Amino acid sequence: MENVTTAEHVEHEEHGHDEHELSFLQTYVFSQDHKVIGIQYAVTAMLFLLFGFSLMMLMRWQLAFPGAPIPIIGNLLGQANAPGGIMLPEFYNQLGAMHGTIMVFLGVVPLAVGGFGNYVLPLQIGAPDMAFPRLNMASYWSFFLGGVVMFASFFVPGGAANSGWTSYAPLSVIATEGQTWWLVGMLFLIASSLLGSVNFIVTTLQLRAPGLSFMRLPFFVWAQLVTSFLLLLAFPPLQAAGTLQLMDRVAGTSFFMPSGLVVADQALEISGGGNPLLWQHLFWFLAHPEVYVLILPAMGIVAEVIANNTRKPLWGYRALVASIIFLGFMSFVVWAHHMFLTGMGTTISAFFQTTTMIISIPSVVILSALFISLYGGSIRYTVPMLFALAFLPMFGIGGLTGLPLGLSAPDLHLHDTYYVIGHFHYVVAPGTIFALFAGIYYWYPKATGRVMNEVLGKIHFWGSIIAINFVFMPMFITGLAGVNRRLYDGGMTYAHGQEVMEWNAVMSYGAWALGFFQIFFIFNFFWSIRNGRQVNDNPWQSTTLEWQAPSPPPHGNFATPPEAYRGPYEYSVPGASSDFTMQGQASGADPEPARV
Amino acid sequence: MEIPYTVTARPDTGLNNVKLGIWLFLASEVMLFGGLFSSYVLLRVGAVEWPAGADFVNIPIGTFNTAVLIGSSVTMVLAYASLKLGDLAKFKTYMASTVLLAVLFLLVKSYEYYEKISHDHLPSHGTFLAIYWTMTALHGLHIIGGVAVNGYLWGPGSSMFHTKRDQFIGRVEAAGLYWHFVDLVWIFLFPVLYLL
Repeated sequence: MENVTTAEHVEHEEHGHDEHELSFLQTYVFSQDHKVIGIQYAVTAMLFLLFGFSLMMLMRWQLAFPGAPIPIIGNLLGQANAPGGIMLPEFYNQLGAMHGTIMVFLGVVPLAVGGFGNYVLPLQIGAPDMAFPRLNMASYWSFFLGGVVMFASFFVPGGAANSGWTSYAPLSVIATEGQTWWLVGMLFLIASSLLGSVNFIVTTLQLRAPGLSFMRLPFFVWAQLVTSFLLLLAFPPLQAAGTLQLMDRVAGTSFFMPSGLVVADQALEISGGGNPLLWQHLFWFLAHPEVYVLILPAMGIVAEVIANNTRKPLWGYRALVASIIFLGFMSFVVWAHHMFLTGMGTTISAFFQTTTMIISIPSVVILSALFISLYGGSIRYTVPMLFALAFLPMFGIGGLTGLPLGLSAPDLHLHDTYYVIGHFHYVVAPGTIFALFAGIYYWYPKATGRVMNEVLGKIHFWGSIIAINFVFMPMFITGLAGVNRRLYDGGMTYAHGQEVMEWNAVMSYGAWALGFFQIFFIFNFFWSIRNGRQVNDNPWQSTTLEWQAPSPPPHGNFATPPEAYRGPYEYSVPGASSDFTMQGQASGADPEPARV
Repeated sequence: MEIPYTVTARPDTGLNNVKLGIWLFLASEVMLFGGLFSSYVLLRVGAVEWPAGADFVNIPIGTFNTAVLIGSSVTMVLAYASLKLGDLAKFKTYMASTVLLAVLFLLVKSYEYYEKISHDHLPSHGTFLAIYWTMTALHGLHIIGGVAVNGYLWGPGSSMFHTKRDQFIGRVEAAGLYWHFVDLVWIFLFPVLYLL
């Protein structure tokens, strides 16, 4: 009898909260459920990743075979962009600027933070939803609008933004109309990330399950928390900068326009007195923390997957947490290492190269701790684990090749060469994006109740890891030879680059092969929704709270509100009945007291 | 499904979700206006000559507007205090005054803009005017946002007083924090643009 009343009471409360039955639109389109929003974010972001990657595959044709008509699709690009199928330099610049913008702001960050953060974080802390479900929905739709504006900008006169993803002034101020669209799109994206980051921080701090103290948080949650602080505090200065550039373009101000600027032999009719370096400072004040926004969630995913597949606790959990917080702080004081070549002065350069060397320490601590975590484990080579394992050396290459760029003297030679492209792509592509693949394969069963096909997954992995190294490794060679990153012909007219030109075609074939192997992933992703092997709620025998929820979790997530009794990685505890002890498991062998 | 700590404070953080959320939002706003103020400093330091604010702006009008905005902050506090004491009628009076003072501020600001336009003092005519227009307009947008929120809490939103009183008080408190912040930004803008 008592049970009945409780059930009725619960039902009544639920009814009171939801007011009425949710319509189709409210459930799947304008949803306030963090899981639906997470999937919306993830799918939209993956579409943008594919689109951004396609732009690059087009560019790689021009770089490998400058001036040759693009086969098959060349004629579809329009006479304004590629007359006779031959890509125009103006169009190449659009592709370059939009590839960077789309991959960073519409692909990787929305997938890593909007997608994984939204779906996994509330589950991992045992929360029923995000703290502000309506803000969460607003965040997704603001992102979506920003994406639509960016995409639409390809169809305005003069095409999309073409001043690089960094939009350096004064070039961007005098650029075609697409740049205005770029700025408006960015304002939407920044609003979206602001709403999201407030929500993530409040959710993490406020909605942790009872017993889930800070030192019991899974490392992924820590990574998302630090990332959210970076988004919260680093994006607004770009909002300010974007507003100023919008004023320069629309209202004719001269914030970034110096006096006496001559364009095409004509003095510009502007009031002048502005400062182009101001844009660079404001832009990089965002964009350097943004680099850590790209990498920290990836580290979080890799940590989860490694702990799960080595069947042992992460090595140095506290050091990892301390390092990631320190990384977050330091990422705000390294921005001008992107500007050594601007002539801002040796004193400032000395300061920023020192902070840059300091920030490499916590990065190395994190990478080392993850490597050492492998030692002595009985490793399960699952598909997510393969991607997570690949992340380690790939991110290592990306990080270590960054050291010469962080010192102002070698940077003078390497700045704006393909070496830089190789460096940050190793961090972001086989680094972050591989970690995101690991995350997709790892949490797919939670979202669908089925695992993705393992054979297709392994083909996807091995094909991608080989192809991607053919794309980016040669960039170090051409970059050290001094080939500039923005040359429309790939350096054909650059005398000192002649010996390394043959690598251009190698890189292009690598990129297309990489594209080919993604087909296996795309097919697997959709095919497994219906045909994947059905599994129970905890197929990887993992310890963290999200595996305690049903797969897929219902509205409100947990049948009974979970409680945490132990740390996040209690694998292979001596004396325990199985090799994993879940965080929500009250009794069992060796229940450790809270560590904080 | 009920989201915890929307009204009551979580014991270990000592805050409820709304209060923590609004403070984080304000932190991000500090960075937004901080970026603009930094730009102002950099542009002014790098300028060959910088006009005195008085060449373009009307200091008495600006002072008057500053007083109006501070007054609206005071009525905002009184509105919140009345609500805490459970006096809805007083809350409505004070909240209405807050909104009206904000509208008065916007009207005075519009008059100033009108004056600028009629004297051809447009943003494209110099760095001082550019930064003046950009910063005051962005601040004005924040005022408009505040008017919308406070107006809602005064009008349709206040029915919540009878159903979920604590949550309503939390909303008014958050709106008040935001309003004080917008006021504070003006306290910085006024000397920087009018007096220095």
